[in-house]
Amino acid sequence: MIKKTVSNVREACEGIEDGMTFMLGGFGLCGIPENIINELVRRNIQNVTCISNNAGVDDFGLGLLLKKHQIKKMISSYVGENAEFERQMLSGEMEVELVPQGTLAQRCESARNGFPAFFTPAGYGTEVAEGKETREFNGKMYVMEEAFKADFSFVKAWKGDEAGNLIFKGTARNFNPSMCGAAKITVAEVEHLVPAGELDPNHIHIPGIFVQRIFQGEKYEKRIEQLTVRKRN
Amino acid sequence: MALSKEQIAQRIAKEVKDGYYVNLGIGIPTLVANFVRHDISVEFQSENGILGMGPFPFEGEEDPDLINAGKQTITALPGASFFDSAMSFGMIRGQHVDLTILGAMEVAQNGDIANWKIPGKMVKGMGGAMDLVSSAENIIVAMLHTNRAGESKLLKRCALPLTGVNCVKKIVTDLAVLEIQDGKFHLRERAPGVSVETIKNATEGDLVIEGDIPEMKF
Repeated sequence: MIKKTVSNVREACEGIEDGMTFMLGGFGLCGIPENIINELVRRNIQNVTCISNNAGVDDFGLGLLLKKHQIKKMISSYVGENAEFERQMLSGEMEVELVPQGTLAQRCESARNGFPAFFTPAGYGTEVAEGKETREFNGKMYVMEEAFKADFSFVKAWKGDEAGNLIFKGTARNFNPSMCGAAKITVAEVEHLVPAGELDPNHIHIPGIFVQRIFQGEKYEKRIEQLTVRKRN
Repeated sequence: MALSKEQIAQRIAKEVKDGYYVNLGIGIPTLVANFVRHDISVEFQSENGILGMGPFPFEGEEDPDLINAGKQTITALPGASFFDSAMSFGMIRGQHVDLTILGAMEVAQNGDIANWKIPGKMVKGMGGAMDLVSSAENIIVAMLHTNRAGESKLLKRCALPLTGVNCVKKIVTDLAVLEIQDGKFHLRERAPGVSVETIKNATEGDLVIEGDIPEMKF
């Protein structure tokens, strides 16, 4: 067994530098690496490029980095819930690349799986396809999209073991698996870190080969963005 | 009388057939789930990673790790499954989802759709909309026939930045059910009590009216 555990978030974030490109898992505030984001804020790392489906809300998730002007460029599919984001984008303080959601996921996975590029129909005939190669296959038009290149992937899983194997829960899975192994170094934070042998190998979602560092997060707020409930009769 | 948003959803629910996997967009499309017949089997896909999405949880039973694409807390029905974003869009891109229902700001008579950006005003991003409209075989647009300023949303050409090209085939508005064929809108049904003339006046694009246009049935 190759051991991937580090003792805490500080050790997990060793080697991060200003100007790097990070992938961050999560959809909305669901399944985001909360402890790592807090550490990035604490270290006041600057001029980073963040690949993340969303940009958090004003006072949680990536919104915390935005507030401190740590982000140079965001690569996302939807940024609607964050007023400060919109302000920084419209004023030109921050660069933004909007990418269709499925393309975003595939650009992560392609980086992991060794594909330099792929063709997708998403965005053909729109401004997303401007300047990109297009090609016809079986009578339908496709746009060529390239794999991402990133320095660190920061992901959040529900359970993990010392070998870096990961299991996700519910829809907190989202972009996290696709980002594992998609950067030079993948750091996973988990709610429950267990010894090797405790997880059933049949139930592993992401094998440890794609994870370089793993630690148990100190605490999880797991904030709900839109609480919707129904009344009991 | 023009339909309410609930009634638009109710009319669209009739298009949902037994055995369908369905992706619902945010807004009016979300309401469609409330009107699907109970005697057919349908599974709702939410592109953040669930098939078999159920209703909102009971108070106190909400789970922050279980949300839909609108970031709302939801439940999972028996037979549900979770998966990652790449697989989710594999389902969509690979045309395994039978029906996609989404909203729009503009639809053009050639099937172009615009629903993600108003330059200089609203820049929220396209989310999964571009993947959905470029891949789905069966897309229904749910929207109001005119915008807040009273201008038609069914146009000769879209003015706003496009989400996808030549992809919309059916539109259900508060006034009518229309299909797109041969580069024109074809009027199929009208809302109860709404005249063909009213629909004609509210449609900027070319509108084909053949024979008597029946009223919608719910």
